[in-house]
Amino acid sequence: MALLEVDNLSVRFGKRPVVAGVSFAIERGERFGIIGESGSGKTLTAMAITGLLPDGARQEGDIRLDGEPLPRAEKPMARLRGKRFGIVFQEPMTALNPLMRVGEQIAEAVRLNQGPQAGVPQLLQEVGLDPAHARRFPHQLSGGQRQRVMIAMALASQPDMLIADEPTSALDLITQKRVLDLIAEICTRRQMALLFISHDLKAVAALCSRVAVMHDGKLIEAGPADAVFRTPQADYTRRLIAASKLASAGPARRPDGETLLEARGLVRDYRHNGFWRWQEKPLRAVDGVSFSLSRGECVALVGPSGCGKTTLARIIAGLDSASGGELVFEGETYHGRDLPRGQRRDLSLVFQDPFGSFNPRQTIAQSVGEPLRLLPDLSPMDRHQRVVEAVAAVGLDAGMLERYPHEFSGGQRQRLAIARALVTRPKLVVLDEPVSALDVSVRGEVLALLARLREEYGLSYLCISHDLDMVRAIADRILVMEAGRIVEEGTPETLFAQPQHRLTRELVAARLPDVA
Amino acid sequence: MTHWRLHPSLWLGLGAGLFFALLALVSLVWTPFPIEEINIGRRFQGPGPVHWLGTDHLGRDMTSLIMAGTFTSFLVSALAVAIGAGIGVPLGLLAASWGGVPEWLVLRFSDFLFAFPAIIVAILITALFGPGAINAVLAIGIFNIPVFARVARGGALSFKTLDFIAAARLAGMGNGEIAFRHLLPNIMSLVIVQGTIQLSLGILAEAGLSYVGLGTQPPATSLGLMLRDAQGVFLIHPWLSVLPGLSIVAIVIALNLAGDGLRDAIDPRLRAESGTYGAA
Amino acid sequence: MTLFLVRRLAGFAVTLLVAAAVIFFLLDLLPGNAARFILGMNASPEAVARLHAQLGLDAPAHERFFGWIGGMLSGDFGMSYTQNAPVAQLIAERLAVTLPLTVLAMVLSMAIGLPLGILAARRRGKPTDTGIMLLAQAGIAVPNFWFGMLLTLVFAVGLRWLPTGGFTPWNEDPAAAARGLILPGLALALPQASILARVMRTALIDVQGQDFIRTARAKGMTMGEAVWRHGVRNALLPVLTILGLQFAFLIAGTIIVENVFYLPGLGRLIFTAISERDLILVRGAVIVLIIGVTLTMLLVDLAYGLVDPRLSQGAGR
Repeated sequence: MALLEVDNLSVRFGKRPVVAGVSFAIERGERFGIIGESGSGKTLTAMAITGLLPDGARQEGDIRLDGEPLPRAEKPMARLRGKRFGIVFQEPMTALNPLMRVGEQIAEAVRLNQGPQAGVPQLLQEVGLDPAHARRFPHQLSGGQRQRVMIAMALASQPDMLIADEPTSALDLITQKRVLDLIAEICTRRQMALLFISHDLKAVAALCSRVAVMHDGKLIEAGPADAVFRTPQADYTRRLIAASKLASAGPARRPDGETLLEARGLVRDYRHNGFWRWQEKPLRAVDGVSFSLSRGECVALVGPSGCGKTTLARIIAGLDSASGGELVFEGETYHGRDLPRGQRRDLSLVFQDPFGSFNPRQTIAQSVGEPLRLLPDLSPMDRHQRVVEAVAAVGLDAGMLERYPHEFSGGQRQRLAIARALVTRPKLVVLDEPVSALDVSVRGEVLALLARLREEYGLSYLCISHDLDMVRAIADRILVMEAGRIVEEGTPETLFAQPQHRLTRELVAARLPDVA
Repeated sequence: MTHWRLHPSLWLGLGAGLFFALLALVSLVWTPFPIEEINIGRRFQGPGPVHWLGTDHLGRDMTSLIMAGTFTSFLVSALAVAIGAGIGVPLGLLAASWGGVPEWLVLRFSDFLFAFPAIIVAILITALFGPGAINAVLAIGIFNIPVFARVARGGALSFKTLDFIAAARLAGMGNGEIAFRHLLPNIMSLVIVQGTIQLSLGILAEAGLSYVGLGTQPPATSLGLMLRDAQGVFLIHPWLSVLPGLSIVAIVIALNLAGDGLRDAIDPRLRAESGTYGAA
Repeated sequence: MTLFLVRRLAGFAVTLLVAAAVIFFLLDLLPGNAARFILGMNASPEAVARLHAQLGLDAPAHERFFGWIGGMLSGDFGMSYTQNAPVAQLIAERLAVTLPLTVLAMVLSMAIGLPLGILAARRRGKPTDTGIMLLAQAGIAVPNFWFGMLLTLVFAVGLRWLPTGGFTPWNEDPAAAARGLILPGLALALPQASILARVMRTALIDVQGQDFIRTARAKGMTMGEAVWRHGVRNALLPVLTILGLQFAFLIAGTIIVENVFYLPGLGRLIFTAISERDLILVRGAVIVLIIGVTLTMLLVDLAYGLVDPRLSQGAGR
């Protein structure tokens, strides 16, 4: 008899079904993964299993634990949940109570479940944390540490199954690998079952022996991981697998050797504002960075979170100013915010988050056309023409111009962000994590678009990312950053084959293997 | 923005509020009896066919007094909101857009003004220049400034970190242009909701100030002043205090409902952020 | 933590100083001779000159200002010439009424408002919640002094349980003194309690949607248990802010309500002083009010720092 059996589960809000007819079973000690994009219903399925569905959700179908149906009443379900399941959520910052020390929060989980008394120190050690951290508050820990605390809390009751819902999406590459390894190790050691939910195919492939694919609330396909990934039956699965393998863009235009942008010894210091200014040492986010970028080239900046790549990108784009060093763009020297107006039209930036990069109260036409203020000599007719061209270039219809941002999907908005970046016909486009916030199936399309535009318009790109695989598909040259410095540089092939610096090696090692 | 029709409280509140406002405006051109008309012989009458809501201690017609009083209360409160928003919103936007020293200055100024509830300012002005409705306007208005500044700044800050502001900067826009073109339209709804709230609070504040003699003075009338007049005799003639009080309650509830409804219609998430700051 | 404390205290002191300066110079701003203003148009030049000297109005402004501050720090608020008594003494006498009344009103409003707010949040959407919210909606619309009149009509005139007004000094009959404060206290407490109930309810409902509540439930708690153990503390943060602001308005409201019940508190003192143009008294009383308001805000800020470790403890690693 399986540990968990889900039989024809449906969840609806009012009339709208968000999970429809989902059935699967998980054996003791088995590692089961559910793959799906946003809106697929995968999280709601987990919530239904644990009795944590939000108000207003109606559930149908059977769920059985060890053959017994789950209790309907709140209190027994809550106790069961605490005892048999350990749950780890996605956002470790908000998932912990900011006003309580983490040790207390873990101790509470221990107390509630009166099982064999595993003390807080042991639990912390099991997840690889120093027991002294118990006295800390959540905001005093890093993202990776907070997630480990969550895992410790989940283990406190010696559960039969660990449910992890996107546990590493908010973490950077190296931390992600560590947390995934930890989960795998714990499950093996304690012989716990694992229900691992994620949009990241590679993570699921690395961890799970059986997988299921969900789309639009339905279970599309399920089976042993090898089988599903090597010989996918459903179309959707095939598309997902293809999208996860970001192929190289192919022979790109060779850079013509002329230097477009040069950075010389850039430094950015942050001082804590405050009374005791002179006593505190400044925080150095960028520490003597020098590199150059040629016309037609695509250079990528990679590094873990906090390494300074975003700060550097903002300085180059002219949103922030360097404390030291200088930049030369098209022969003009600048330090950041003093980028001359005349040059601003040749340098654009595409932001990471498609949902925050448009003013909700302005039409797309107004937003996309905003950079044209840098070209005051254009007539209104020409302006309109440019906007139409830009929108068409990214594959969208000019008829959409009078709509508002909320009427577009994430992928479409990112295309519009690219259109906005192109409207002044720039030479260099800075791309800040251009696809991280998008669904997996859409990423490939946007990357292909970027490659095509580069070819057609002779653009140069400076691409910031933490995702090595994405960068490999698009970049001619990669710069690896750590703590504000560039520690290694090279083409994708050489870097991946022969990483020299310790960080590069960690990054390459942290990559999850392709699924098929 | 969710559909207008779904918010009955909004319609109820707006409807009732408009009714009172209309009543008040009408009083400018017509009241059943002139409010100055004193007729001692007819004083303390209850509701009847001639004087629909009775007469007060001087024989003046209560209906007329309520209408005129409502007008004064609305006027004072509306002017105070205008002062508060007119000065407070730009200050808040300034603080959010420029940050640094201007923000620090605005925040300190705002904190400082918070130490002066309207009653204290009214006391000071009255001690210097004598009582009058203008005192109430100034006193309530001055206290409204930090309220609107805080709301405007809070709203602007939550937008300021979004990328479209950075995009505007890249397009060459300066702080002022960004504040005007991007931040202001996005906080307008917050400001309007807060305006409704401050309007209702202003009416309460005006009532309090007039009641203690620091606000509207005779021969003009306001709802608070009517309560002041009633103070001497309310133990024997309760109607004189009950009626103006009920009017205040009705108007304030109407405005609060309208404000709540507006806020829910625009964005239910705002509920937590609109604090009740009071205005007395 | 110490840095936090020092900064807050410094801010408090600065605000107070600036407020004092504003009050001082405002009342000094009077066109013409301050002494003449006080004594009125018909006063004789000798009387004016005498008062002028008595008030020390000959000295330069900043001298007088710092003299005033210095005096206050040592308890001397000047001399009221209309009542021929030290301002400090007059204010202290009146505070014996105003302060207990304010505190009573605050306690009552919390005792009524907070539990009702919690109840409404727990029974969200049900009749109890709707009922409480309707009451609260009415409660915030009621002018506190008018409510005082109503209470008097019902409890003093109608039922004769409590006095209609006036006040027996504490040292004469503490029980009677306390009885005299009940109706005014209730009158003040009602609108405040309504506000507190609404804020508490909103804060608790918001907290329910937070991720850490979901984590608590994941550990094995029911929603109710999770909200009680984790939510209430977090919900207190916005409630604390409102409490602080409301205390300030309570102080203001007390002054007004005293009028309804003929209580010999700070309010009556101020209004009499205004009509008699006793600027020294007005000045002293206003500064006391401001100290009360600012002090409350300081205490709220400090309480915030105590409750929320993110403010007092920086990010250590």
